[in-house]
Amino acid sequence: MKPYPTLLAAMLLLPGLASASGNSRIIATGGATAVEGAAGGGLVPWALLSGYGDRGEAGATAFASVVRVDDYALEVVGASVAIDNRVELSMAKQRLDIDSVIPGEQLEQSIIGMKLRLGGELIYDAGPQWALGVQMKRNDAFDVPAAVGARHDSGVDLYLSASKLWLHGPFGRSAFLNGTVRATRANQTGLLGFGTQGNRRYEAVAEVSAGLFLNRHWVIGAEYRQKPDKLAFAREDDWKDVFIGWFPTKNVSVIAAYADLGSIAGQDEQRGAYLSLEIAR
Amino acid sequence: MKMLVTAVSLCAVLLSAGCTTPTTGSGPEPGTAGEPPVGAALSRSNPVDDRLFQALGGHAGIEALSESFVRELAADEVTRAFFTRTDITRFHRLIQEQLCVESGGGCAYTGEDMRTAHAGLGIERRHMNAVVEALMRAMDKEQLPMSTQNAVLALHAPKRADVLDE
Repeated sequence: MKPYPTLLAAMLLLPGLASASGNSRIIATGGATAVEGAAGGGLVPWALLSGYGDRGEAGATAFASVVRVDDYALEVVGASVAIDNRVELSMAKQRLDIDSVIPGEQLEQSIIGMKLRLGGELIYDAGPQWALGVQMKRNDAFDVPAAVGARHDSGVDLYLSASKLWLHGPFGRSAFLNGTVRATRANQTGLLGFGTQGNRRYEAVAEVSAGLFLNRHWVIGAEYRQKPDKLAFAREDDWKDVFIGWFPTKNVSVIAAYADLGSIAGQDEQRGAYLSLEIAR
Repeated sequence: MKMLVTAVSLCAVLLSAGCTTPTTGSGPEPGTAGEPPVGAALSRSNPVDDRLFQALGGHAGIEALSESFVRELAADEVTRAFFTRTDITRFHRLIQEQLCVESGGGCAYTGEDMRTAHAGLGIERRHMNAVVEALMRAMDKEQLPMSTQNAVLALHAPKRADVLDE
Protein backbone atom coordinates (compact mmCIF):
# COMPACT_ATOMS: atom_id res chain seq x y z
CA MET A 1 0.00 0.00 0.00
CA LYS A 2 1.30 3.44 -0.93
CA PRO A 3 2.04 5.63 2.07
CA TYR A 4 -0.19 8.66 2.50
CA PRO A 5 1.94 10.64 4.91
CA THR A 6 -0.70 12.99 6.28
CA LEU A 7 -3.17 10.24 6.95
CA LEU A 8 -0.63 7.92 8.40
CA ALA A 9 0.49 10.65 10.77
CA ALA A 10 -3.11 11.22 11.74
CA MET A 11 -3.61 7.52 12.27
CA LEU A 12 -0.77 7.56 14.76
CA LEU A 13 -1.64 10.87 16.40
CA LEU A 14 -5.41 10.77 16.78
CA PRO A 15 -5.62 7.67 18.95
CA GLY A 16 -2.87 9.16 21.12
CA LEU A 17 -4.79 12.39 21.60
CA ALA A 18 -7.85 10.55 22.81
CA SER A 19 -6.10 7.99 24.93
CA ALA A 20 -6.69 9.81 28.18
CA SER A 21 -10.38 10.11 27.61
CA GLY A 22 -11.68 6.61 28.15
CA ASN A 23 -13.52 4.06 26.09
CA SER A 24 -16.37 2.77 28.19
CA ARG A 25 -18.88 1.63 25.57
CA ILE A 26 -19.47 -2.10 25.22
CA ILE A 27 -17.24 -4.09 22.88
CA ALA A 28 -18.14 -4.04 19.16
CA THR A 29 -20.55 -1.09 19.57
CA GLY A 30 -18.08 1.07 17.63
CA GLY A 31 -18.55 -1.15 14.61
CA ALA A 32 -15.89 -1.38 11.96
CA THR A 33 -14.89 1.27 9.45
CA ALA A 34 -16.68 1.38 6.12
CA VAL A 35 -14.74 2.09 2.91
CA GLU A 36 -15.49 5.81 3.07
CA GLY A 37 -14.03 6.17 6.57
CA ALA A 38 -17.18 6.37 8.70
CA ALA A 39 -17.97 3.88 11.44
CA GLY A 40 -20.08 1.18 9.88
CA GLY A 41 -19.80 -2.14 8.22
CA GLY A 42 -17.68 -2.69 5.15
CA LEU A 43 -19.61 -0.80 2.50
CA VAL A 44 -22.27 1.04 4.51
CA PRO A 45 -21.94 3.81 7.12
CA TRP A 46 -23.94 3.10 10.29
CA ALA A 47 -25.60 5.31 12.90
CA LEU A 48 -23.14 4.25 15.59
CA LEU A 49 -20.02 6.33 16.20
CA SER A 50 -16.45 5.11 15.91
CA GLY A 51 -14.41 3.99 18.88
CA TYR A 52 -15.79 3.37 22.35
CA GLY A 53 -16.20 6.82 23.88
CA ASP A 54 -19.49 7.64 25.59
CA ARG A 55 -20.60 11.01 26.97
CA GLY A 56 -17.59 12.80 28.43
CA GLU A 57 -15.19 10.58 26.52
CA ALA A 58 -13.47 10.57 23.13
CA GLY A 59 -12.62 7.60 20.98
CA ALA A 60 -10.37 7.29 17.97
CA THR A 61 -9.72 4.75 15.27
CA ALA A 62 -7.37 4.10 12.40
CA PHE A 63 -8.01 1.58 9.68
CA ALA A 64 -6.75 0.00 6.48
CA SER A 65 -8.91 -1.98 4.07
CA VAL A 66 -8.33 -3.88 0.85
CA VAL A 67 -10.92 -5.13 -1.60
CA ARG A 68 -9.41 -7.39 -4.24
CA VAL A 69 -11.85 -8.24 -7.03
CA ASP A 70 -11.30 -9.86 -10.42
CA ASP A 71 -9.82 -6.90 -12.32
CA TYR A 72 -9.25 -4.27 -9.64
CA ALA A 73 -7.91 -3.69 -6.17
CA LEU A 74 -9.30 -1.00 -3.88
CA GLU A 75 -7.07 0.13 -1.03
CA VAL A 76 -8.26 2.48 1.70
CA VAL A 77 -6.59 3.99 4.75
CA GLY A 78 -8.10 6.44 7.18
CA ALA A 79 -8.72 7.57 10.71
CA SER A 80 -11.49 9.00 12.86
CA VAL A 81 -12.25 10.63 16.18
CA ALA A 82 -15.59 10.57 17.95
CA ILE A 83 -16.35 12.96 20.77
CA ASP A 84 -18.98 12.53 23.48
CA ASN A 85 -20.61 9.76 21.44
CA ARG A 86 -22.12 12.70 19.60
CA VAL A 87 -19.87 13.78 16.73
CA GLU A 88 -17.59 11.68 14.55
CA LEU A 89 -14.95 13.18 12.27
CA SER A 90 -13.27 10.91 9.76
CA MET A 91 -10.98 10.94 6.80
CA ALA A 92 -10.15 8.32 4.26
CA LYS A 93 -8.02 7.96 1.19
CA GLN A 94 -9.10 5.49 -1.49
CA ARG A 95 -7.04 4.18 -4.34
CA LEU A 96 -8.45 1.89 -7.03
CA ASP A 97 -5.81 0.17 -9.10
CA ILE A 98 -7.14 -0.12 -12.68
CA ASP A 99 -3.85 -1.23 -14.18
CA SER A 100 -5.44 -4.32 -15.72
CA VAL A 101 -7.85 -2.14 -17.72
CA ILE A 102 -5.76 0.96 -18.39
CA PRO A 103 -2.09 0.14 -17.78
CA GLY A 104 -0.44 2.40 -15.25
CA GLU A 105 -3.66 4.15 -14.22
CA GLN A 106 -5.32 4.39 -10.85
CA LEU A 107 -8.37 6.20 -9.52
CA GLU A 108 -8.10 8.07 -6.25
CA GLN A 109 -10.30 10.05 -3.91
CA SER A 110 -10.06 11.68 -0.50
CA ILE A 111 -13.04 11.78 1.81
CA ILE A 112 -13.67 13.97 4.84
CA GLY A 113 -16.63 12.74 6.84
CA MET A 114 -18.71 14.11 9.68
CA LYS A 115 -21.45 12.27 11.50
CA LEU A 116 -23.80 13.61 14.15
CA ARG A 117 -25.74 11.31 16.45
CA LEU A 118 -29.23 12.78 16.46
CA GLY A 119 -30.56 10.64 19.27
CA GLY A 120 -31.33 7.18 20.50
CA GLU A 121 -28.95 4.63 21.87
CA LEU A 122 -28.01 1.48 20.02
CA ILE A 123 -28.46 -0.90 22.95
CA TYR A 124 -30.37 0.78 25.77
CA ASP A 125 -33.24 2.55 24.05
CA ALA A 126 -36.30 0.85 22.66
CA GLY A 127 -35.94 2.64 19.35
CA PRO A 128 -32.91 2.89 17.09
CA GLN A 129 -29.93 5.20 17.28
CA TRP A 130 -30.13 7.90 14.59
CA ALA A 131 -27.32 9.74 12.91
CA LEU A 132 -26.96 12.27 10.13
CA GLY A 133 -23.76 12.18 8.13
CA VAL A 134 -21.99 14.08 5.41
CA GLN A 135 -19.10 12.94 3.24
CA MET A 136 -17.11 15.55 1.35
CA LYS A 137 -15.29 13.80 -1.46
CA ARG A 138 -12.57 14.96 -3.78
CA ASN A 139 -11.41 12.94 -6.76
CA ASP A 140 -7.62 13.12 -6.89
CA ALA A 141 -7.10 11.54 -10.32
CA PHE A 142 -9.77 13.15 -12.45
CA ASP A 143 -8.30 12.57 -15.95
CA VAL A 144 -9.92 9.19 -16.47
CA PRO A 145 -13.28 10.15 -14.87
CA ALA A 146 -13.41 13.31 -17.02
CA ALA A 147 -12.58 11.31 -20.13
CA VAL A 148 -15.50 8.93 -19.54
CA GLY A 149 -18.01 11.73 -18.97
CA ALA A 150 -17.92 12.70 -15.29
CA ARG A 151 -18.80 16.34 -14.67
CA HIS A 152 -17.35 17.25 -11.27
CA ASP A 153 -14.15 16.28 -9.50
CA SER A 154 -15.71 16.75 -6.10
CA GLY A 155 -19.03 16.00 -4.49
CA VAL A 156 -20.95 15.73 -1.27
CA ASP A 157 -22.96 12.77 0.00
CA LEU A 158 -25.55 13.29 2.73
CA TYR A 159 -26.96 10.34 4.65
CA LEU A 160 -29.36 9.45 7.43
CA SER A 161 -28.78 6.20 9.33
CA ALA A 162 -30.73 4.22 11.90
CA SER A 163 -29.02 1.40 13.85
CA LYS A 164 -30.48 -0.97 16.40
CA LEU A 165 -29.07 -3.86 18.39
CA TRP A 166 -31.39 -6.38 19.98
CA LEU A 167 -29.43 -7.93 22.84
CA HIS A 168 -31.57 -11.05 23.00
CA GLY A 169 -32.43 -11.62 19.37
CA PRO A 170 -32.89 -14.74 17.23
CA PHE A 171 -31.36 -17.94 18.69
CA GLY A 172 -30.70 -15.96 21.90
CA ARG A 173 -28.00 -14.06 20.02
CA SER A 174 -27.65 -10.30 19.68
CA ALA A 175 -28.92 -9.06 16.33
CA PHE A 176 -28.04 -5.86 14.54
CA LEU A 177 -29.81 -3.93 11.83
CA ASN A 178 -28.84 -0.71 10.10
CA GLY A 179 -30.60 1.25 7.42
CA THR A 180 -29.04 4.19 5.64
CA VAL A 181 -30.56 6.52 3.08
CA ARG A 182 -28.05 8.54 1.10
CA ALA A 183 -28.37 11.44 -1.28
CA THR A 184 -25.55 11.23 -3.82
CA ARG A 185 -24.55 11.88 -7.39
CA ALA A 186 -21.24 10.04 -7.17
CA ASN A 187 -20.11 7.65 -9.88
CA GLN A 188 -18.70 4.48 -8.27
CA THR A 189 -18.80 6.30 -4.89
CA GLY A 190 -16.76 9.15 -6.45
CA LEU A 191 -13.84 7.16 -7.81
CA LEU A 192 -15.25 8.02 -11.26
CA GLY A 193 -16.19 11.57 -10.31
CA PHE A 194 -19.58 13.13 -9.68
CA GLY A 195 -22.53 13.60 -12.01
CA THR A 196 -22.32 13.58 -15.78
CA GLN A 197 -22.50 16.27 -18.42
CA GLY A 198 -26.21 15.60 -18.85
CA ASN A 199 -27.18 14.50 -15.35
CA ARG A 200 -26.27 16.47 -12.26
CA ARG A 201 -29.20 15.34 -10.16
CA TYR A 202 -28.83 13.84 -6.71
CA GLU A 203 -30.41 10.43 -6.18
CA ALA A 204 -31.70 8.81 -3.00
CA VAL A 205 -30.22 5.37 -2.50
CA ALA A 206 -30.81 2.84 0.28
CA GLU A 207 -28.19 0.84 2.10
CA VAL A 208 -28.94 -1.98 4.52
CA SER A 209 -26.76 -4.05 6.84
CA ALA A 210 -27.74 -6.91 9.12
CA GLY A 211 -25.61 -8.85 11.55
CA LEU A 212 -25.83 -11.57 14.16
CA PHE A 213 -23.37 -11.81 17.03
CA LEU A 214 -22.33 -15.44 17.58
CA ASN A 215 -20.87 -14.22 20.86
CA ARG A 216 -19.39 -10.90 22.04
CA HIS A 217 -16.38 -11.23 19.77
CA TRP A 218 -17.67 -12.71 16.53
CA VAL A 219 -20.34 -11.35 14.23
CA ILE A 220 -21.60 -12.49 10.84
CA GLY A 221 -23.71 -10.45 8.50
CA ALA A 222 -24.51 -9.05 5.10
CA GLU A 223 -24.84 -5.68 3.43
CA TYR A 224 -26.51 -4.21 0.40
CA ARG A 225 -25.73 -0.80 -1.00
CA GLN A 226 -27.68 0.80 -3.84
CA LYS A 227 -25.73 3.05 -6.17
CA PRO A 228 -26.66 5.50 -8.87
CA ASP A 229 -25.88 4.56 -12.47
CA LYS A 230 -25.25 7.82 -14.30
CA LEU A 231 -22.25 7.40 -16.59
CA ALA A 232 -23.17 6.34 -20.14
CA PHE A 233 -19.87 4.65 -20.97
CA ALA A 234 -20.32 1.75 -18.58
CA ARG A 235 -22.91 0.30 -16.27
CA GLU A 236 -22.67 0.70 -12.49
CA ASP A 237 -24.14 -1.91 -10.15
CA ASP A 238 -25.24 -2.00 -6.54
CA TRP A 239 -22.68 -3.37 -4.08
CA LYS A 240 -23.16 -6.22 -1.63
CA ASP A 241 -21.15 -8.34 0.74
CA VAL A 242 -21.32 -11.05 3.36
CA PHE A 243 -18.95 -10.57 6.26
CA ILE A 244 -17.49 -12.05 9.38
CA GLY A 245 -16.14 -9.71 12.04
CA TRP A 246 -13.81 -10.41 14.90
CA PHE A 247 -13.51 -8.09 17.93
CA PRO A 248 -10.90 -9.76 20.16
CA THR A 249 -10.58 -6.60 22.29
CA LYS A 250 -11.82 -3.02 22.14
CA ASN A 251 -8.50 -2.04 20.59
CA VAL A 252 -8.55 -4.10 17.45
CA SER A 253 -11.04 -5.58 15.01
CA VAL A 254 -10.77 -7.49 11.79
CA ILE A 255 -13.47 -7.80 9.16
CA ALA A 256 -13.26 -10.32 6.35
CA ALA A 257 -15.90 -10.34 3.64
CA TYR A 258 -16.82 -11.61 0.24
CA ALA A 259 -17.81 -8.57 -1.78
CA ASP A 260 -19.71 -8.32 -5.05
CA LEU A 261 -19.04 -4.93 -6.63
CA GLY A 262 -20.81 -5.78 -9.88
CA SER A 263 -19.72 -4.04 -13.03
CA ILE A 264 -16.98 -1.40 -12.79
CA ALA A 265 -15.84 0.59 -15.84
CA GLY A 266 -16.99 -2.05 -18.28
CA GLN A 267 -15.64 -5.05 -16.40
CA ASP A 268 -18.55 -7.17 -15.18
CA GLU A 269 -18.87 -9.41 -12.15
CA GLN A 270 -16.17 -7.86 -10.01
CA ARG A 271 -16.17 -10.12 -6.98
CA GLY A 272 -13.59 -10.96 -4.40
CA ALA A 273 -12.22 -10.70 -0.93
CA TYR A 274 -12.53 -7.74 1.42
CA LEU A 275 -10.25 -7.42 4.42
CA SER A 276 -10.22 -4.60 6.95
CA LEU A 277 -8.15 -3.97 10.05
CA GLU A 278 -9.10 -1.33 12.61
CA ILE A 279 -7.21 -0.08 15.62
CA ALA A 280 -9.30 1.76 18.23
CA ARG A 281 -8.64 3.59 21.45
CA MET B 1 -37.59 0.76 -9.70
CA LYS B 2 -34.69 2.08 -7.69
CA MET B 3 -36.96 4.42 -5.77
CA LEU B 4 -39.31 1.54 -5.02
CA VAL B 5 -36.51 -0.59 -3.62
CA THR B 6 -35.36 2.41 -1.62
CA ALA B 7 -38.79 2.97 -0.17
CA VAL B 8 -39.39 -0.69 0.63
CA SER B 9 -36.05 -1.25 2.33
CA LEU B 10 -36.35 1.97 4.30
CA CYS B 11 -39.79 0.97 5.51
CA ALA B 12 -38.49 -2.45 6.49
CA VAL B 13 -35.75 -0.92 8.57
CA LEU B 14 -38.04 1.58 10.26
CA LEU B 15 -40.66 -1.05 10.99
CA SER B 16 -38.23 -3.50 12.48
CA ALA B 17 -36.55 -0.76 14.47
CA GLY B 18 -39.91 0.09 15.97
CA CYS B 19 -40.71 -3.48 16.94
CA THR B 20 -38.78 -3.48 20.16
CA THR B 21 -40.89 -5.54 22.46
CA PRO B 22 -39.13 -6.58 25.65
CA THR B 23 -38.03 -10.13 24.99
CA THR B 24 -38.24 -11.81 28.33
CA GLY B 25 -41.39 -12.03 30.40
CA SER B 26 -41.28 -10.29 33.73
CA GLY B 27 -41.86 -12.22 36.89
CA PRO B 28 -44.67 -11.69 39.37
CA GLU B 29 -45.01 -8.35 41.09
CA PRO B 30 -42.80 -7.84 44.11
CA GLY B 31 -44.35 -9.10 47.28
CA THR B 32 -46.76 -11.60 45.77
CA ALA B 33 -44.93 -14.76 46.73
CA GLY B 34 -43.55 -16.14 49.93
CA GLU B 35 -40.92 -18.83 49.93
CA PRO B 36 -40.07 -19.73 46.34
CA PRO B 37 -40.43 -21.60 44.16
CA VAL B 38 -43.82 -23.27 44.82
CA GLY B 39 -47.15 -21.53 45.09
CA ALA B 40 -46.86 -18.39 43.03
CA ALA B 41 -46.85 -20.08 39.66
CA LEU B 42 -49.66 -22.47 40.47
CA SER B 43 -52.01 -19.87 41.85
CA ARG B 44 -52.01 -17.89 38.59
CA SER B 45 -54.11 -18.49 35.55
CA ASN B 46 -51.08 -17.67 33.40
CA PRO B 47 -48.15 -19.81 34.51
CA VAL B 48 -45.06 -17.73 35.21
CA ASP B 49 -42.36 -18.10 32.60
CA ASP B 50 -39.44 -19.28 34.71
CA ARG B 51 -37.20 -20.44 31.87
CA LEU B 52 -34.61 -17.76 32.56
CA PHE B 53 -34.69 -18.58 36.28
CA GLN B 54 -33.98 -22.22 35.43
CA ALA B 55 -31.29 -21.24 32.89
CA LEU B 56 -29.56 -19.20 35.58
CA GLY B 57 -29.41 -22.31 37.73
CA GLY B 58 -32.26 -21.47 40.10
CA HIS B 59 -31.56 -19.96 43.50
CA ALA B 60 -28.08 -21.48 43.75
CA GLY B 61 -27.10 -20.18 40.33
CA ILE B 62 -28.44 -16.70 41.05
CA GLU B 63 -26.62 -16.60 44.38
CA ALA B 64 -23.34 -17.54 42.67
CA LEU B 65 -23.88 -15.02 39.86
CA SER B 66 -24.73 -12.25 42.31
CA GLU B 67 -21.61 -12.98 44.30
CA SER B 68 -19.43 -12.88 41.17
CA PHE B 69 -21.13 -9.65 40.13
CA VAL B 70 -20.47 -8.00 43.49
CA ARG B 71 -16.85 -9.15 43.32
CA GLU B 72 -16.45 -7.67 39.84
CA LEU B 73 -18.03 -4.38 40.92
CA ALA B 74 -15.63 -4.22 43.86
CA ALA B 75 -12.61 -5.08 41.74
CA ASP B 76 -13.25 -2.39 39.08
CA GLU B 77 -11.97 1.05 40.01
CA VAL B 78 -14.80 2.87 38.22
CA THR B 79 -17.64 0.96 39.87
CA ARG B 80 -15.94 0.50 43.25
CA ALA B 81 -16.21 4.23 43.96
CA PHE B 82 -20.00 3.98 44.11
CA PHE B 83 -20.03 1.36 46.83
CA THR B 84 -17.90 2.97 49.52
CA ARG B 85 -20.91 3.56 51.77
CA THR B 86 -22.99 0.63 50.62
CA ASP B 87 -24.15 -2.17 52.91
CA ILE B 88 -22.71 -4.90 50.69
CA THR B 89 -24.61 -7.72 52.39
CA ARG B 90 -27.91 -5.97 51.73
CA PHE B 91 -26.87 -5.04 48.19
CA HIS B 92 -25.95 -8.65 47.49
CA ARG B 93 -29.33 -9.82 48.76
CA LEU B 94 -31.23 -7.26 46.71
CA ILE B 95 -29.35 -8.21 43.55
CA GLN B 96 -30.35 -11.82 44.13
CA GLU B 97 -33.97 -10.88 44.77
CA GLN B 98 -34.09 -8.75 41.67
CA LEU B 99 -32.58 -11.41 39.42
CA CYS B 100 -34.96 -13.96 40.90
CA VAL B 101 -38.04 -11.78 40.38
CA GLU B 102 -37.08 -10.78 36.85
CA SER B 103 -36.19 -14.27 35.73
CA GLY B 104 -39.53 -15.63 36.89
CA GLY B 105 -38.27 -17.30 40.05
CA GLY B 106 -41.19 -16.06 42.10
CA CYS B 107 -39.32 -14.15 44.79
CA ALA B 108 -40.14 -10.86 46.48
CA TYR B 109 -38.03 -7.78 45.88
CA THR B 110 -37.67 -5.85 49.12
CA GLY B 111 -35.55 -2.92 47.93
CA GLU B 112 -36.45 0.52 46.65
CA ASP B 113 -37.32 1.03 43.00
CA MET B 114 -34.39 1.61 40.66
CA ARG B 115 -34.86 5.36 40.33
CA THR B 116 -35.03 5.95 44.09
CA ALA B 117 -32.16 3.60 44.82
CA HIS B 118 -29.82 5.39 42.41
CA ALA B 119 -30.99 8.98 42.89
CA GLY B 120 -28.26 11.53 43.49
CA LEU B 121 -25.39 9.09 43.01
CA GLY B 122 -24.20 10.96 39.96
CA ILE B 123 -24.14 7.86 37.77
CA GLU B 124 -23.08 8.74 34.24
CA ARG B 125 -23.15 6.69 31.09
CA ARG B 126 -19.53 5.65 31.41
CA HIS B 127 -20.18 4.39 34.95
CA MET B 128 -23.18 2.44 33.73
CA ASN B 129 -21.08 0.91 30.94
CA ALA B 130 -18.59 -0.28 33.56
CA VAL B 131 -21.41 -1.90 35.53
CA VAL B 132 -22.61 -3.72 32.40
CA GLU B 133 -19.10 -4.96 31.72
CA ALA B 134 -18.81 -6.15 35.34
CA LEU B 135 -22.02 -8.11 34.87
CA MET B 136 -20.68 -9.58 31.61
CA ARG B 137 -17.48 -10.68 33.33
CA ALA B 138 -19.48 -12.20 36.17
CA MET B 139 -21.66 -14.14 33.74
CA ASP B 140 -18.54 -15.32 31.91
CA LYS B 141 -17.08 -16.51 35.22
CA GLU B 142 -20.26 -18.44 35.93
CA GLN B 143 -20.00 -19.90 32.42
CA LEU B 144 -23.55 -19.01 31.52
CA PRO B 145 -24.48 -19.73 27.91
CA MET B 146 -24.57 -16.74 25.56
CA SER B 147 -28.36 -16.80 25.18
CA THR B 148 -28.83 -16.71 28.97
CA GLN B 149 -26.35 -13.85 29.26
CA ASN B 150 -28.13 -11.94 26.51
CA ALA B 151 -31.50 -12.48 28.20
CA VAL B 152 -30.15 -11.02 31.45
CA LEU B 153 -28.66 -8.03 29.63
CA ALA B 154 -31.84 -7.42 27.64
CA LEU B 155 -33.82 -7.47 30.89
CA HIS B 156 -31.67 -4.77 32.42
CA ALA B 157 -30.92 -2.55 29.43
CA PRO B 158 -34.20 -0.59 29.58
CA LYS B 159 -33.53 0.32 33.23
CA ARG B 160 -30.53 2.44 32.37
CA ALA B 161 -32.72 5.52 32.07
CA ASP B 162 -33.82 5.12 35.71
CA VAL B 163 -30.26 4.79 36.94
CA LEU B 164 -28.56 7.59 35.04
CA ASP B 165 -28.22 10.88 36.83
CA GLU B 166 -28.68 13.31 33.94
